[in-house]
Amino acid sequence: MANLACEFVGIRSPNPFWLASAPPTDKEYNVRRAFDAGWGGVVWKTLGEEGPPIVNVNGPRYGAVWGADRRLLGLNNIELITDRPLEINLQEIKTVKRDYPDRAVVVSLMVPCVEDAWKTILPLVEDTGADGIELNFGCPHGMSERGMGSAVGQVPDYIEMVTRWCKQNTRMPVIVKLTPNITDIRYPARASKAGGADAVSLINTVSSITSVNLDTYSPEPSIDGKGTHGGFCGPAVKPIALNMVAQIARDPESEGLPISGIGGVTTWRDAAEFLTLGAGNVQICTAAMTYGFKIVQEMISGLGDWMDEKGHASVDDVVGRAVPNFTDWQYLNLNYVTKARIDQDLCIGCGRCFAACEDTSHQAIAMNPERRFEVIDEECVACNLCVNVCPVEDCITMEELAPGAIDLRTGQDVVADYANWTTHPNNPGACAAE
Amino acid sequence: MANSPFTPGIAAGRLSSEALDRNFTDLHPPLDKHEALVAADRCYFCHDAPCVTACPTTIDIPLFIRQIVTGIPEAAARTILDQNILGGMCARVCPTETLCEEACVREVAEGRPVEIGRLQRFATDTMMARDSHPYGRAENTGKRVAVVGAGPAGLACAHRLAMYGHEVVVFDARPRPGGLNEYGVASYKTVDGFAQAEVEWLLGIGGIKVEQSARLSGGLDLDALIRDHDAVFLGIGLAGVNALQIEGVDLQGVDDAVEFIADLRQAEDLSNLAIGRNVVVVGGGMTAIDVAVQSKLLGAETVTIVYRRGRDRMSASSYEQDLATSKGVRIVTNARPVRVVGDGAVQEAEFEYTRDVPNGLDSTGETFRLAADQVFMAIGQKLEDGPGTLQIEGGKIKVDESGRTSLDGVWAGGDCATGGDDLTVTAVAEGRDAAEDIHKAIHAGAGTAIETPRQGIESG
Ligand SMILES: Cc1cc2nc3c(=O)[nH]c(=O)nc-3n(C[C@H](O)[C@H](O)[C@H](O)COP(=O)(O)OP(=O)(O)OC[C@H]3O[C@@H](n4cnc5c(N)ncnc54)[C@H](O)[C@@H]3O)c2cc1C
Ligand SMILES: Cc1cc2nc3c(=O)[nH]c(=O)nc-3n(C[C@H](O)[C@H](O)[C@H](O)COP(=O)(O)O)c2cc1C
Ligand code: SF4
Ligand code: SF4
Ligand code: SF4
Repeated sequence: MANLACEFVGIRSPNPFWLASAPPTDKEYNVRRAFDAGWGGVVWKTLGEEGPPIVNVNGPRYGAVWGADRRLLGLNNIELITDRPLEINLQEIKTVKRDYPDRAVVVSLMVPCVEDAWKTILPLVEDTGADGIELNFGCPHGMSERGMGSAVGQVPDYIEMVTRWCKQNTRMPVIVKLTPNITDIRYPARASKAGGADAVSLINTVSSITSVNLDTYSPEPSIDGKGTHGGFCGPAVKPIALNMVAQIARDPESEGLPISGIGGVTTWRDAAEFLTLGAGNVQICTAAMTYGFKIVQEMISGLGDWMDEKGHASVDDVVGRAVPNFTDWQYLNLNYVTKARIDQDLCIGCGRCFAACEDTSHQAIAMNPERRFEVIDEECVACNLCVNVCPVEDCITMEELAPGAIDLRTGQDVVADYANWTTHPNNPGACAAE
Repeated sequence: MANSPFTPGIAAGRLSSEALDRNFTDLHPPLDKHEALVAADRCYFCHDAPCVTACPTTIDIPLFIRQIVTGIPEAAARTILDQNILGGMCARVCPTETLCEEACVREVAEGRPVEIGRLQRFATDTMMARDSHPYGRAENTGKRVAVVGAGPAGLACAHRLAMYGHEVVVFDARPRPGGLNEYGVASYKTVDGFAQAEVEWLLGIGGIKVEQSARLSGGLDLDALIRDHDAVFLGIGLAGVNALQIEGVDLQGVDDAVEFIADLRQAEDLSNLAIGRNVVVVGGGMTAIDVAVQSKLLGAETVTIVYRRGRDRMSASSYEQDLATSKGVRIVTNARPVRVVGDGAVQEAEFEYTRDVPNGLDSTGETFRLAADQVFMAIGQKLEDGPGTLQIEGGKIKVDESGRTSLDGVWAGGDCATGGDDLTVTAVAEGRDAAEDIHKAIHAGAGTAIETPRQGIESG
């Protein structure tokens, strides 16, 4: 069995599955049970300054998006950082770390944007024996109105400044947690690096409104008739998170900066995908909040089996494997030609491919008598839409045309050589920009 | 001492009231909201969906199911009722396994179709739980149409005519409206007086007058109807039953299945309804299955269906056959009755085995007897009271695809007319289509393209 143990910015954990800073890590009781269930590490729920803790709303704090059978696809929250006194949290962190020395315990922090505030809290955290800190520059609701969270994360200069303060005032590794609520994720990552960060973690939640109550006209969750935007997470945000992780992983300016992948990780497969796109480990929140701590068992077995099957001995072997295959559109091979192929034995005749292609695409599927659906090669642009709407897995596949074959749509021979947009005759700029 | 399944002869109260209640509850209990959402989510929203083609009333199934998914079951009901005003009953009694659900692509793919029937019931039940009728009448046209028969065909015809603003009078021979919905289909398919509730709801549109206990040719003659109305629709079903000419059929305990089922459906208290200890049913259709299953549910000790050909030739679907065997009914095939034996009352029924030969059935020469306290004949119904002036074909009133008979001004549909299977849903389709044609014929100025007058749902 592959070895799942990993070391992330010098912090060891028996597996790459950490619980993200959120309710599952808000107190000792939870974290102990998480460790007993097999989680490799936790990022403790974000701590704030000493003094009276923040307060949360006393009405509902979650909104949700469901799929079939009420499967939770996305969760939106308006919760703030921990609402428990700092001393209690610190005390609990200390005992947990003492009792679980082999697990990673990282402490998430969010204090006002003044150096003294950071200088004050860092020694207190260091004293707990925690393995590292994570700077919460991501929370997009509530705290951002007070000049913290994503209000910092959206300004690269602030990120760099605060990161530097922390690096100067603690020996612990510093992970900077980024907000996705920004146009180009590479800038905050570069700023983190410039400030001396040991790693970035991302994504925090995506600003969102999940739904509106059509009886009361209030956004959900509704607090006495009013709603506010929250932060979206869960399976629905995974594509956004994967892209952001990968963009940083392949950015030459932040090369070598370790990444902790967060956002929508729900199964071992999601985790493996994050790792291949450059994440050194993953953090999970919604999946645990939906199904409980036990899911980590599936993640451990799934990742291990897959690594065994592929012959990867350690997590490091996997990290970043897909990054070299992540390129710009302009470098995609325009001589790669495929056509949709329908397996008539698998086809159940629902006609969805036909409706999709006929109504909204290229009129490249014929509906023949007896509900026999067939691709018209002369029209098929190989967009793949039919594959995605077909309810039967592998019923429609995209078949590559071998060099020498004729693409009936263009009437041209398929060429074996690689050729991309930068050299394409239709490109007005000899070697076009992005 | 109370009776039991083992009480000899024909006796009432073989089972306790509680057991009877349990036996006669809904065969397919309604879906609750969550179950409906899960079931609806399985629909692929097929293009030009095969299930729609398979529905005799052409309900837009993917659309109504999507309306359930998106939380508007009443709009779903309207999609159903626009095509089939007895969508509530059809949801309960349609042999979906040979109609829409058989054609469903998920039946093809997985042997487990989308539960169209139960979803249809979810939608129509939701709609009917409102105390209002969803359709309104167009402005009164001053035209009067007579409908004979308040079964599914007649009711569907009457409702569609009322929507167009015509005045409708329905004449029916029985004390209650509904036709076989009220007197025929199995109790466990339409519990809690649903048939009457549905008729009442349907009449909520207004403009329809129903006259019960008014039998055509026993008081209503066709010439007078034609004279007094702008059009006449006949939906009289098949009121007669086929008789078997064999020795012993006059013995006490040899009964007609349809009549027995009508008594059962009208029984106030099932524990007063007598049933044999050993019951034998002759036939192979839906009626045979229904009488056999309900005999068993009433507490008969043994129930045997005997059909003259092979299982595959039974007109009852394999689903219905399985239902019967699951209730403990035995099905004997390739055997036909030769005599009923008894002394005043029936004691045994004698059968001979058959084999298929090119022009019919032949006896193998081997016979057997079954103990029988009651023998139900379920060998088909036939047209009765069909006015002699109408052209008949294959024992039914001959109609064209719009329901026109050989007589000007007279339309017919449902079981009494040619074309289509003898099913509730087919009767509804034919009644509806005849109404469309009647409207075209009698309504001066009506365009050729018939638009259903769609009223706001709040009109009731
Ligand atoms: C036992 C049994 C079970 C069945 N189960 C099912 C089932 O589960 N699913 C299904 O789809 N189909 C079933 N059917 C078939 C279905 O009931 C019929 O196809 C359907 O009722 C036909 O409708 P109709 O309107 O043509 O005739 P009917 O329902 O027979 O209605 C005819 C009406 O006309 C009236 N009438 C007859 N003669 C006269 C007259 N001379 N004057 C005035 N009124 C008259 C009758 O009183 C009756 O109300 C079953 C049939 C039987 C017998
Ligand atoms: C209720 C809730 C509270 C959260 N609180 C914090 C927090 O205090 N600090 C933080 O850095 N992230 C917080 N997050 C964000 C998560 O740590 C994580 O980044 C995000 O949910 C995406 O991961 P997921 O898709 O696995 O849930 C919170 C998320 C939720 C749902
Ligand atoms: S790949 Fe696109 S163009 Fe080709 S058949 Fe499928 S949907 Fe149509
Ligand atoms: S979507 Fe798939 S299953 Fe449906 S008709 Fe097309 S190929 Fe067949
Ligand atoms: S065939 Fe089945 S899956 Fe397709 S639309 Fe009809 S019910 Fe839905």
